[in-house]
Amino acid sequence: MKYIIGFGRFWYDFIVGDDWRIAVLVLVGLGVVYELAHHGMQHAWWVLPVVVAGALTISLLRETRKR
Amino acid sequence: MVEALTIVLAVGVTRNWRTAITGTLTAFVALAAIVAVFGPALRYIPIDTLRLIVGALLLVFGLQWLRKAILRASGFKAKHDEDAIFKEEVAEIQANATDWYGFVLSFKGVFLEGMEVVFIVITFGGTERGHYLYSVTGAAIAFVVVALIGAVVHRPLSRVPENTMKFAVGCMLTTFGIFWGSEGAGISWPGGDVALLAVLGFVLVMSWALVAVLRQRHAKLTVAT
Repeated sequence: MKYIIGFGRFWYDFIVGDDWRIAVLVLVGLGVVYELAHHGMQHAWWVLPVVVAGALTISLLRETRKR
Repeated sequence: MVEALTIVLAVGVTRNWRTAITGTLTAFVALAAIVAVFGPALRYIPIDTLRLIVGALLLVFGLQWLRKAILRASGFKAKHDEDAIFKEEVAEIQANATDWYGFVLSFKGVFLEGMEVVFIVITFGGTERGHYLYSVTGAAIAFVVVALIGAVVHRPLSRVPENTMKFAVGCMLTTFGIFWGSEGAGISWPGGDVALLAVLGFVLVMSWALVAVLRQRHAKLTVAT
């Protein structure tokens, strides 16, 4: 069990890293883009860049406010 | 790779070179096996699904790099000091003076650092069907360059602008993540592949703007304390 938890923790740290909120916002953003594209809005290319900019800004402002 | 070189040099200088090189080569065999197993397996996944998954992974992984690089560039996080890391590693090896310890340390350093490279090679090679050769060649050239520099200077690469390189890699990973993630979700980019350049421009401007804002914030905090 210890090894499974260790293995899972390694991949979590490797992929997600310090702020899980970024991962959640990115996945929600991709879900929104997928839904838009499959409901006739294939030209909503701007959505993901906006989500990414928002996620990174929120994460950095939170991190630097703590100090 | 720079960090892995620091660890291998510490083992080689403090313990012996045979242990350091054996650990490094074993890690390379393990990393090559991972690429050999997972690389071809990705061919069986439909390209749009693969781009969506790879886009999501690259975005989460790339934003993590970019976030750290921005925090370092704005002064909120200490920059990597390879000389200090080298001294710490040497002290640790001297306290545990066995060949096995040196082997494990070299293996771990190269394997964990190499996993980042393997991740990039597999994802980039997988989404651009049949272009594994380019990804693997790029990684191999980077390895040879770092190994040659390490062999010549025989000391940690403390003068390499590591944060600038990580900043650039974070921007590239985020750019490809946005591009492939959107494409995999069913979005068509205006101008096709040329849109990659526009996305890269957007990511660079966004990152520089965040560095500028956070530098100001850091300066204010420093004055206040």
